[in-house]
Amino acid sequence: MSEHTHEPVPYRTFIWIWLALLTLTGITIAVSRINLGSLNIWVALGVASIKSSLVIFVFMHLRQESKLFKIGLLVMLTILAVFIGFTFFDVLYR
Amino acid sequence: MSEKTTYTGFWQESPRTGILGWLLTTDHKRIGIMYLGCIITMFIVAAILGLAIRLELIAPGRTIMDAQTYNATFTVHGIIMIFMFLIPSIPAAFGNLLLPIHIGARDVSFPKLNLLSWYCYIVGGLLAVIAIFGGDGAPDTGWTFYVPFSTQTNTNVSLAAFAAFMLGFSSILTGINFVTTVHRLRCKGMKWGRLPLFVWTLYATAWIQVLATPMIGITLVLIILERTFGAGLFDVARGGDPILYQHLFWIYSHPAVYIMILPGMGVISEIIPTFSRKPLFGYWAMALSSLAIAFAGSLVWAHHMYASGMSDLAILIFSFLTFIVAIPSAIKVFNWVSTLYKGSIELAPPMWFALAFIFNFAIGGLGGLALGAAASDIHLHDTTFVVGHFHYVMFGGGGFALFAAMHYWLPKFTGRMYNHKMAVIGWALLFVGFNVTYMAMQAVGIMGMPRRYYDYIPEFTTLNLVATLGSWVMAVGLIIMFANLWHGLRKGRPVGKNPWGGATLEWDIPSPPPLENFGEEDPVVTKGPYEFKGVVADEY
Repeated sequence: MSEHTHEPVPYRTFIWIWLALLTLTGITIAVSRINLGSLNIWVALGVASIKSSLVIFVFMHLRQESKLFKIGLLVMLTILAVFIGFTFFDVLYR
Repeated sequence: MSEKTTYTGFWQESPRTGILGWLLTTDHKRIGIMYLGCIITMFIVAAILGLAIRLELIAPGRTIMDAQTYNATFTVHGIIMIFMFLIPSIPAAFGNLLLPIHIGARDVSFPKLNLLSWYCYIVGGLLAVIAIFGGDGAPDTGWTFYVPFSTQTNTNVSLAAFAAFMLGFSSILTGINFVTTVHRLRCKGMKWGRLPLFVWTLYATAWIQVLATPMIGITLVLIILERTFGAGLFDVARGGDPILYQHLFWIYSHPAVYIMILPGMGVISEIIPTFSRKPLFGYWAMALSSLAIAFAGSLVWAHHMYASGMSDLAILIFSFLTFIVAIPSAIKVFNWVSTLYKGSIELAPPMWFALAFIFNFAIGGLGGLALGAAASDIHLHDTTFVVGHFHYVMFGGGGFALFAAMHYWLPKFTGRMYNHKMAVIGWALLFVGFNVTYMAMQAVGIMGMPRRYYDYIPEFTTLNLVATLGSWVMAVGLIIMFANLWHGLRKGRPVGKNPWGGATLEWDIPSPPPLENFGEEDPVVTKGPYEFKGVVADEY
């Protein structure tokens, strides 16, 4: 394992991210109460993607890691998106 | 008869002695042997349950058990065979034994993680045993845990689901270990183009294990949440969707069949060239077809669900994708046959099993196309044709590949040889019994006999009788095979380092291999894995 040294992230950033996560959670709950048809799913998945990105990049320090790990994450996310997307061939056209 | 040998390799070399030398070992070969012991035990238990199912179905009406016991028996047979035998069988047992040796390494990348994976397997196995014998009775859902029945039955479904969850962890840890090992620990000269095909298939399998297994973990936890807290995820009355469960389940469980079969294909790709004395036909086609199967096989899961009420568009797309998987699978079969062509074929016991694999896998694979096509699947869905089909692929393929691997590599790891004649007799009975049993099941399935049914109409009696008789022949074959291996590997004639004349790295080191495999100096590879020029089999 190689040792990584990087600038410590200021607390202020963490608090901003936390507030952003709370806001996004609020959006998820609010949108679930409005009927937008299949758009509901896109909003829910979009918000979830932004939230997990914030956690992974800031709280889990992926932002400071090398490109390889970022590509690794991107591959995993693409596969997950494909799994979810293929499920909607059924759900949206049933 | 047996001769005394003083050299015992990794069987004696360990930092600790006695039972702790095994339970706390980080040696990949000892962990592989422990996995193999557990896996074979599980196979025998589940095979006895399978024989009981066949015996119950020998004639219409009650034969040896009541309907509830029958439901529990096929469920437990399925859970053990899938989660405790087939998924870990070749990757965890022979992958551990051989992967580091095949790439010229001393061990896997994370030896302690490797041991942890074995303990996860044991804990999962123990929980499954408790689920079967304790509490409210063995689960009766079938190994698929389909909702809504699995959320309503009073049997031990939650515990069985948690057991499968733990077994999944074992599988993920093995996968992470193998991916890292193949990337980081190849010895000097071991380029990607010189990896034995077995390593390629383990590598492809490891990716599926890492990427797909978390899906089943999440899904099984959802079942537990549903049962414990009534979460309503799969309950239509509360806005849930029961078909969503089937999607989540098969997103893992279809790729899981490739976890079961891909390493088996790797075993066959090792055995065929060795006993044909010819390089494998189409190395890169074989290597890349493994990755193609792993990739495409992950996108076909909903072909298990044509009759579930899913959308027509999804049926169309998943049917199309299913046919795509047939292409890399067929590439493998054609390349094995092309390797045999004009080869100097030696019909040793591992080769008999390998040839049987190709035969069984071809039948199972073609049956898969009949099921992958939506039109014919509507007729065949949930009949015993499906049961026959997946036994052709999983047992006739994965199971026979494991037996081939045992006959091919166990003399390497014990330093002793079994009786060849008995091995071929065992193989012949197994092969004949196998085909009689599952061909009869496929035939009665086409006639319309549903799977998982306790009773049937008189028209189906003859074929069910034939299938049950076949299962007895198969059982005799298995007993002869295991007895011959057990006796031979403990007391048979000692063998040298290369009894078959193989060209991969394991045949360059002593039998059994020493601790850390290659002694002081790591090997340097200068040729491909199937270049037999100058390789001579040892006399024994």
